Amino acid sequence: MKYIADVVTLEFFQEKCTGCGKCVEVCPHGVFLIRDKKAFVTDRDRCMECGACANNCEFGAIRVNSGVGCAAAIINGMITGGPPSCDCGVESGNNCCG
Amino acid sequence: MGIEKLSFSPRPLGVKKAEGQPAGSKASSEWTCDDHFGQIKCRISSFRMRYKVNPGLYAIGEPDRESDIFVTANYKLSFDILRRELRGLNAWIIVLDTKGINVWCAAGKGTFGTNELINRIKKVNLDNVVSHKRIIIPQLGAVGVNARIIQQRTGFRVYFGPVCAKDIPAYIRAGYVKTPEMRLVRFNMLDRLVLTPMEINPAMKKFPFFGLIVLILFGIQPSGLLFKDAWEGGLPFLIFGLMSVFIGAFITPLLLPFIPFRSFAVKGWLTGIIAVFALMKGIELSYYKSLLPLVAAYIFFPLASSYIALQFTGSTTFTSMSGVKKELKIGVPVYLTATALSLLILIIYKLSQWRVI
Repeated sequence: MKYIADVVTLEFFQEKCTGCGKCVEVCPHGVFLIRDKKAFVTDRDRCMECGACANNCEFGAIRVNSGVGCAAAIINGMITGGPPSCDCGVESGNNCCG
Repeated sequence: MGIEKLSFSPRPLGVKKAEGQPAGSKASSEWTCDDHFGQIKCRISSFRMRYKVNPGLYAIGEPDRESDIFVTANYKLSFDILRRELRGLNAWIIVLDTKGINVWCAAGKGTFGTNELINRIKKVNLDNVVSHKRIIIPQLGAVGVNARIIQQRTGFRVYFGPVCAKDIPAYIRAGYVKTPEMRLVRFNMLDRLVLTPMEINPAMKKFPFFGLIVLILFGIQPSGLLFKDAWEGGLPFLIFGLMSVFIGAFITPLLLPFIPFRSFAVKGWLTGIIAVFALMKGIELSYYKSLLPLVAAYIFFPLASSYIALQFTGSTTFTSMSGVKKELKIGVPVYLTATALSLLILIIYKLSQWRVI
C-alpha cells in the first residue's frame, strides 16, 4: 500500500553516505538499499516520515521532517498553532495511541 | 532470585539479594485469562490508556550474565506480546516508562527514547546484570532511540531487532541478523480489522450530538418542537449518520487497498457516496415531499464518511505526516463549506415547509 505521491520531505545526500547500512536496518518500508557501497532511495513514496533513518544516520546524510501523522493530531496542531499532537493520555481523555 | 508472580500490574520489585546480583522480577511467558481479557478491552476502549506495567527489569526463564536483553514499552500489551514470544528462552526485559503507550507511538513522541533508555540502563544497573554489551531494541523504536548516543553514554551496543516480536527466536538463531521480511511493517486485513473498534468508538461518541441537532432541526416548528416531525423527518438522517460511521470507520479501513485512489479522504467519500446512493433506494422520493433534504444528505454524508476515514491515517503503518497535512489542507475547507451548505439547504427546506418562502 502506498500513500499520496510526491509529498514526503525525505532528503538523501549520497555524498555524505558511507554505506554503513543503518538506514536499511531501521526503515520499516524498505525505502533504502545499498548499491556500490552507498545507500540509495528505492521508492520515495513508500516513506512514511517516521524519522528512524535520519535519527540513526551518523553522517547526516538523511533529512526528513518527521512527526505525528494522524489527522486528529494535525487538526489539533492547526487549532493550537503548535506542532501536531494527539495529546494521548489519561488526563486528556484522548486515546488514539494504544 | 525472588519470584514475583506476574499479576495485572507487575512491579519490578527489587528483591533482597546478595551483592552484585540483579534486582528484577520474574515474568511468565504464559498469558492468563486476565491478559487475554485485557487485550480485548484495550482494543475496544479507552481502558488501553490505563493498561500499564511498571518500568524496570524483568526476567524471562532463568537468565544469567550472558542472556540477551530486550527493551519494550510499559504499555502492558507491548510487554505481554514480547514475553509471550520469548517463551522457552532465558532473557532479560527492560521496560521503559513510555506513559503506557506502545513502542512505535512512544518512539514518535520521544518517550521511548534515547534519554529514557540511558537512564533506565543506569537505574537497573545493567552493567552488573550482564557481562556482554548487546541490547536489543524493537526496530520501530529506532524512531526515538539513537544507537550511537546509547553506545557512547552506556557502552551498550544497540541491535535493532525485528519489527514483530514473533520473529525474535528466528532472529537470534540467525546470529542477530534480520531477513528483509523481518524489517518490514505490514498492514493486512486482520491488522486493520482489530483497529476498527477504536475508529468506531470515538466517532460514535459524537453521534448523540449529531442526533440532537438533526432531531431539533426536523422537529422545530413556529409553534415549538414537534416530536412526531422530529422523529419522522430525522430518522433517515440518523440512519445516514450511523451509516457514515460504519462506512468511514469500518468498511473503508477494512477494504483500504481495494478502494481506488491513495487519498483517505477520497476513499472515504467514494465508499460514502455509494452507501448513500444505496440507502436512498430505501427512501421513497415522496417521503419528504421535497428534494432538498435528499440533496443535503448527498452533500453531507459522503463527506462525513470521508472525514471519519481520514482519521484512520493515525492508525495505519504507512501514511506520512506531509500526506495527511496535504489532505487536511484541502479537506477541512471542503468539510466546513459542505456542512454549512447542507445546513443552509435544510433551513430553506424548513422555511418552505412553513410557507415562509
